[in-house]
Amino acid sequence: MSRSPYLSSAPSVSVIMLKVLLALLPGIAAYVWVYGGGILISLALASLTALLAEAAVLRLRQRPVLPFLMDGSAIVTAWLLALALPPLAPWWLVVVGTLFAIVVAKQLYGGLGYNPFNPAMIGYAALLISFPVLMTQWPSPLALAKVSLSFADQWHYIFTRSLPLNVPVDAISSATPLDYLKTQLVLQQSVSDIRNTPIFGWLGGRGSELVALATLLGGLYLLHQRIISWHIPLAFLATLTLLSAAFHLLAPELHASPQFHLFSGGAMLCAFFIATDPVSGPTTPLAKLVFAAGIGVLTYVIRVFGGYPDGIAFAVILMNICVPLLDAYTQPRVFGHEK
Amino acid sequence: MNALVNLAKLFKFNGGVHPPQHKQASTTQPIRVLQANLPLVLPLRQHVGNIPHLRVQVGEHVLKGQLLAEAEGGISAAIHAPTSGTITAIQDALIPHPSGLPDRCVTLQPDGLDEWTALTPIDWQHMEKRAVVASLRQSGIVGLGGAAFPTHIKLRSDGRSGIHTLVINAAECEPYITCDDMVMRERAADILRGIAITQHLLGAERCLIGIEDNKPEAAAALRAACHAADSSAQVIVVPTIYPSGDARRLIHVLTGLEIPSHQRSVDVGVQCFNVATVLAIYRYMSFGEPALSRIVTVTGNVARPGNFEVPLGMPVSALLEAAGGVLEDTSEFIMGGPMMGFSLPSPEVPVTKATNCIIASTPSLFPPAAPAMPCIRCARCADACPVSLQPQELYWFAKSDNFDKARDYKLFDCIECGCCSYVCPSNIPLVQYYRYAKSEIIAQDRAKEAANLARERNDFRLMRIEREKQERALKHAQKAAGAKAEASKIEPGKAEPSKAESGVQHAADPAVNVAASPASAQAEAAKKAAIAAAIARAKAQKAAQAAQNTAAVTPAVAAEMAAIDARRAEAAARAANINKDDVAEAAAATHVADQDSTTSPASAQTVSSVAPNSKEPS
Repeated sequence: MSRSPYLSSAPSVSVIMLKVLLALLPGIAAYVWVYGGGILISLALASLTALLAEAAVLRLRQRPVLPFLMDGSAIVTAWLLALALPPLAPWWLVVVGTLFAIVVAKQLYGGLGYNPFNPAMIGYAALLISFPVLMTQWPSPLALAKVSLSFADQWHYIFTRSLPLNVPVDAISSATPLDYLKTQLVLQQSVSDIRNTPIFGWLGGRGSELVALATLLGGLYLLHQRIISWHIPLAFLATLTLLSAAFHLLAPELHASPQFHLFSGGAMLCAFFIATDPVSGPTTPLAKLVFAAGIGVLTYVIRVFGGYPDGIAFAVILMNICVPLLDAYTQPRVFGHEK
Repeated sequence: MNALVNLAKLFKFNGGVHPPQHKQASTTQPIRVLQANLPLVLPLRQHVGNIPHLRVQVGEHVLKGQLLAEAEGGISAAIHAPTSGTITAIQDALIPHPSGLPDRCVTLQPDGLDEWTALTPIDWQHMEKRAVVASLRQSGIVGLGGAAFPTHIKLRSDGRSGIHTLVINAAECEPYITCDDMVMRERAADILRGIAITQHLLGAERCLIGIEDNKPEAAAALRAACHAADSSAQVIVVPTIYPSGDARRLIHVLTGLEIPSHQRSVDVGVQCFNVATVLAIYRYMSFGEPALSRIVTVTGNVARPGNFEVPLGMPVSALLEAAGGVLEDTSEFIMGGPMMGFSLPSPEVPVTKATNCIIASTPSLFPPAAPAMPCIRCARCADACPVSLQPQELYWFAKSDNFDKARDYKLFDCIECGCCSYVCPSNIPLVQYYRYAKSEIIAQDRAKEAANLARERNDFRLMRIEREKQERALKHAQKAAGAKAEASKIEPGKAEPSKAESGVQHAADPAVNVAASPASAQAEAAKKAAIAAAIARAKAQKAAQAAQNTAAVTPAVAAEMAAIDARRAEAAARAANINKDDVAEAAAATHVADQDSTTSPASAQTVSSVAPNSKEPS
């Protein structure tokens, strides 16, 4: 008899997911501008794989298929993974990563709401461990490439791995700024010399910094729409800034500047779209701050001292492990109770 | 907007929500007074506490204001006749309750004369406060904000002192409800008189009237009344945010005081009354008029929404009729507001003291909830919770029946305001989960208590059975030994009852009849051994039984039982000690084989305490 409250104000899960996808569009547009339309193929491939995989597993688990496909969470996972992969990655790499993310990291744990780890980052980490060469082969931004591929060429390259005649792989790909910085530092180059090479731009890598800026824009939209709270983006970016600034001030020739760290790699995507995943993240405000600061520290450590070019995925997964503990130890004071 | 200017500093609570108000529709017309012309159905239970004691019979004619049922026990409230007429039935009928279950009701057929009984105003200014409050006990007045807690209890001083602040709850934070708003607009002066009485009875130095800023007319009326009455009461306008009308929240907003979870507002020196309740107190004190009617908002899908002064017991359907009747598509009727109200089992249920609002609902007004999706831990509920709980964790614990954890996470501080469900993107009926968990925990606690009681009783029963068995075994042994002794040693000397001084001995009477010889040291020893053996055997039997039946008994209880058994065995041995020697000899021959012949009461205790390992002697 009692079903109060009779009112509801909430946007549905689908609307939330839809807004997340909407917020990713500026970043995607920048991607297309910088690297060409190949990323759209990856996004479509990942989305299709995610939906099919989700439907298949839901059917096997005898759960209602349509409501869960409509919630949009599978597509969000697919897009985040596709945006984290190299833009011209072979089609099967995208498919395998998405399958792993949806089937293993999400559905095998119970589907929406039950996955302890960020599915996109699990998919990414699985690929990085299994196919390290492919995962670090990034195309040069169109403005820097010796040869620029048309959309048709990129399509061919993604599906057949074949390039137009007379175009060597080296002509279209290069090391990422993070990767290049790391290898050059090992060769005793100073940061300022390294940053004078053409692949570096005003903030981070030439071209890729645009993608980061556009992603930041989308992230601000999510904040404005109250889809995410400020705690995680701020704590993550602040930690990354403080750490890199400290090292940069101590040894400017050995450590890149804070703005380079903020606008390189997946930092912006992580701050607003990956670390903010509610399901695998903490819920109390304090836990969110600690969680995001942890990701910031781990990201910096893996970037600077670790063996991988970027540390986002492992940082997020490692902090996902801490979530139950963080939540348990940061319970806010309940009204009328002593702390 | 002069009425909205505050001088007082206000405090905030966590969260809260801003549901659409929908209060305009029912505030366009003044309060309309309805006459009782249909049979009135008065549930005996209209309040928190004991059912009042019925004072009338079927067929009796009663006058308006006459006592029908008087308050009984500590927390209870009286019921009076809202008009004059005849009691036509006292039976179970549907009442406005979420359970939809019927309860005992008095049916009053009005005679249309509306003839008053003699009323006696209370001379509250000169009477002793205790006597004034005692008189309120039979006024039938309860909290009219919806909680329906008997008012006289809240005014009792109970030897406690130091209520410094009277808070008047005029927040009316639920959407749609406007009954307090209209009362304040129209009867502000009487409310101020009620406040003066209440403040006097409580001995409170100050009075704060908390009113949400969506009721500027009411706030202005109150301020004008304060000015006119030269009252020191402060009208404090608070921001409109649900659930600021929750007493603990309102007290916090107005005073900054946070009432500890396990205490009441009086423990921090504050008492809180609804604005309509103080009006009822005034009418009782000044005119002797008990609780006979209340103001009810009728709104939603009706032709002419508004507020009505309704005699208690009037069917909701008559009220809807008075509001111009329900319009098409009306699917259900909600009592209370849309955040905490419930669907009425039928529009024929009566208006009670707790009925503040009736909303005729349509599927478009309050659409059925969409199917619930899994929780995505977005924590919007935690942001909205006015008690700073973690609803997403409570939901998880309630769903998995992890009640201990739910309690740890302060489930019982939940006020069921519905903010969490209101903001949940997964449409999870969170409040229902919490209600379920609370009722399960309460049921479990009761069951645990009952089980403890039952276990104690069972332990005692087992002990008693064992004692009886032991006594039987002893008797049996003595009997058998006696028989044998008689058979083997035919002694001419008959029983010597001289030593049978103990009353306990009568239990072993048959043995006494057996022939006995003069006691010798040797026979004495043999006799003792035989008795000890019998006891040990009984112990071992008990032990085997204990191993089967009371394996779960805690060591402490086991030790206690063993001690009791030992004492009992000692007593039995003492009793047996005075038996005839021959008994002993024969008993020794029969039973001593499987036990150490020197077993003492002390070692009998040992046997019983190593119970699970002892073997049943054959």
